[in-house]
Amino acid sequence: MVYIKNWIEQLGQSIIDSITGLGDFTQYMFITAFWAIKPPFRWKLLWDQMYFIGNKSLFIVSLTAGFTGMVFALQIYLGFTFMNIDSLIGPLVLISLAKELAPVFTGLVVAGRCGAAMAAQIGTMKVTEQVDALEVMGINSYQYLSVPRILAAMLSMPLLTGIFLFVGYLGSWLIGVKVLGIDAVIYTMKVGDFMKLSMIAEGLIKGFVFGYLIGVIGTYHGFKVSGGAEGVGRGTNMAVVWGMIIVLIVDFFLTNFLAKIL
Amino acid sequence: MDYAIEFKNVDKKYGEQTILHDLNFGIHKGKITTILGFSGAGKSTLMKIIMGLTPVTEGDVLVLDTKINDLHDMSLREFRKNFGMVFQYAALFDFLTSFENVAFPLREFTKLKEPEIKKKVLDLLAATGIQVEAAYKLPSELSGGMRKRVGLARALALEPQIMLYDEPTSGLDPITTHVVYDLIVDTAKRNEERQFTSVIISHDIHATLKYSDYILFLEKGKVVEHSNVETFKKSVNPTIRRFLEL
Ligand SMILES: Nc1ncnc2c1ncn2[C@@H]1O[C@H](COP(=O)(O)OP(=O)(O)O)[C@@H](O)[C@H]1O
Ligand SMILES: [Mg+2]
Repeated sequence: MVYIKNWIEQLGQSIIDSITGLGDFTQYMFITAFWAIKPPFRWKLLWDQMYFIGNKSLFIVSLTAGFTGMVFALQIYLGFTFMNIDSLIGPLVLISLAKELAPVFTGLVVAGRCGAAMAAQIGTMKVTEQVDALEVMGINSYQYLSVPRILAAMLSMPLLTGIFLFVGYLGSWLIGVKVLGIDAVIYTMKVGDFMKLSMIAEGLIKGFVFGYLIGVIGTYHGFKVSGGAEGVGRGTNMAVVWGMIIVLIVDFFLTNFLAKIL
Repeated sequence: MDYAIEFKNVDKKYGEQTILHDLNFGIHKGKITTILGFSGAGKSTLMKIIMGLTPVTEGDVLVLDTKINDLHDMSLREFRKNFGMVFQYAALFDFLTSFENVAFPLREFTKLKEPEIKKKVLDLLAATGIQVEAAYKLPSELSGGMRKRVGLARALALEPQIMLYDEPTSGLDPITTHVVYDLIVDTAKRNEERQFTSVIISHDIHATLKYSDYILFLEKGKVVEHSNVETFKKSVNPTIRRFLEL
């Protein structure tokens, strides 16, 4: 009986915690949006952060893209080998990459590499009073630390998604043409028939939205950090886990939504 | 007497818990005052109130004759330029060199040109005893004492009227402790003619007696003694007597 009561109490507490947490997070989204449109605009910091994101994830995004494209081409070829669909492999890979694989995989990579780094950097600044030092100097720490990171993620993600798409297609082309021996002309000729600009737009819009979410979640967990180095580790972990979960969940709803408007 | 900071009937509560009770005192302009007390006495809260980082529950706080509890976000940010603050562990920006840390407030808040900034930063670093070689190092490459010097140089950059030091020597060895205090006194002396006020938070009784002009003793959120060092030494308050005998 006591056991059940405790269990219910714990459940209740964790529900209350999630709701207050969500309220906190929503408030943070509004605060950062407010400071994003308020001058001064810190172009240099924005540029530094975009450089940082590119530097941290370009290689691993390309690597993931190349192998994803190659594996995908191979799977389709093997799976449909009983039908003669050589000319469809190229368009199929390209469409899947453009609409789904490129934005989602890029999002997962960037959440893991950059969302984590955002939480770690800001969290460290928090526990070593660097955030207080900014505030004492009269500088808003959300404007100085969060805004450039969030905007940089929003701008970088579509770029990285585009790169993923390009490298992924290149990988599939290599497998299709060089390994499986499909004629190069056949591999590419149907692309124009199936591929629409809106599919690329879908991927880039997703990238943009994921970038926002990764940035806002990463910086939020940085500011939430308390209690020394251990707290920084916890915050970093939370940023990665939530960043990835949100990318996957939002992708589902966004796919639905974009299918209606594009 | 001229006060830099004045508390009038100030209460501070966190939720139901009263942290500071009915504080009434003035901190003398142009002097070094130490706020002394055990852990949890409310020293850091007092400091945050002075800087307008947390609101008071009741009463008025006057800083340089401005009632800061009436100021709103933007004017409060502007007003904070009257303060310099040296943090317990210096709180240097870890992504910037010593030079850039000191240049930071100048770049943010003045229209100085690059050569002027360079001259000013190197002067500030020299005044706090940092050699040129160390100026281009990151904080992670400096010792604790050096970081504190750079932190002091950064806090001095905008020539504040009031300097706040939060536990400037906790965690430092006895020799560095005296070096840091010498620096505090030296800074106060060099800026004496413009009525530069220093407020130190500490629980180091010996250094406090040696280096400050006034002592404000805080116990459980109440001021139990506020006097110059000579009077303080003769206090009959039992807690202070215990502190003095440490
Ligand atoms: N943000 C806060 N919320 C609730 N209680 C606080 C907060 N900050 C400080 N306190 C409480 O106020 C009291 C005084 O704290 P503080 O001013 O940090 O003391 P000191 O710096 O003298 O050690 C302590 O009991 C502390 O737990
Ligand atoms: Mg304290």
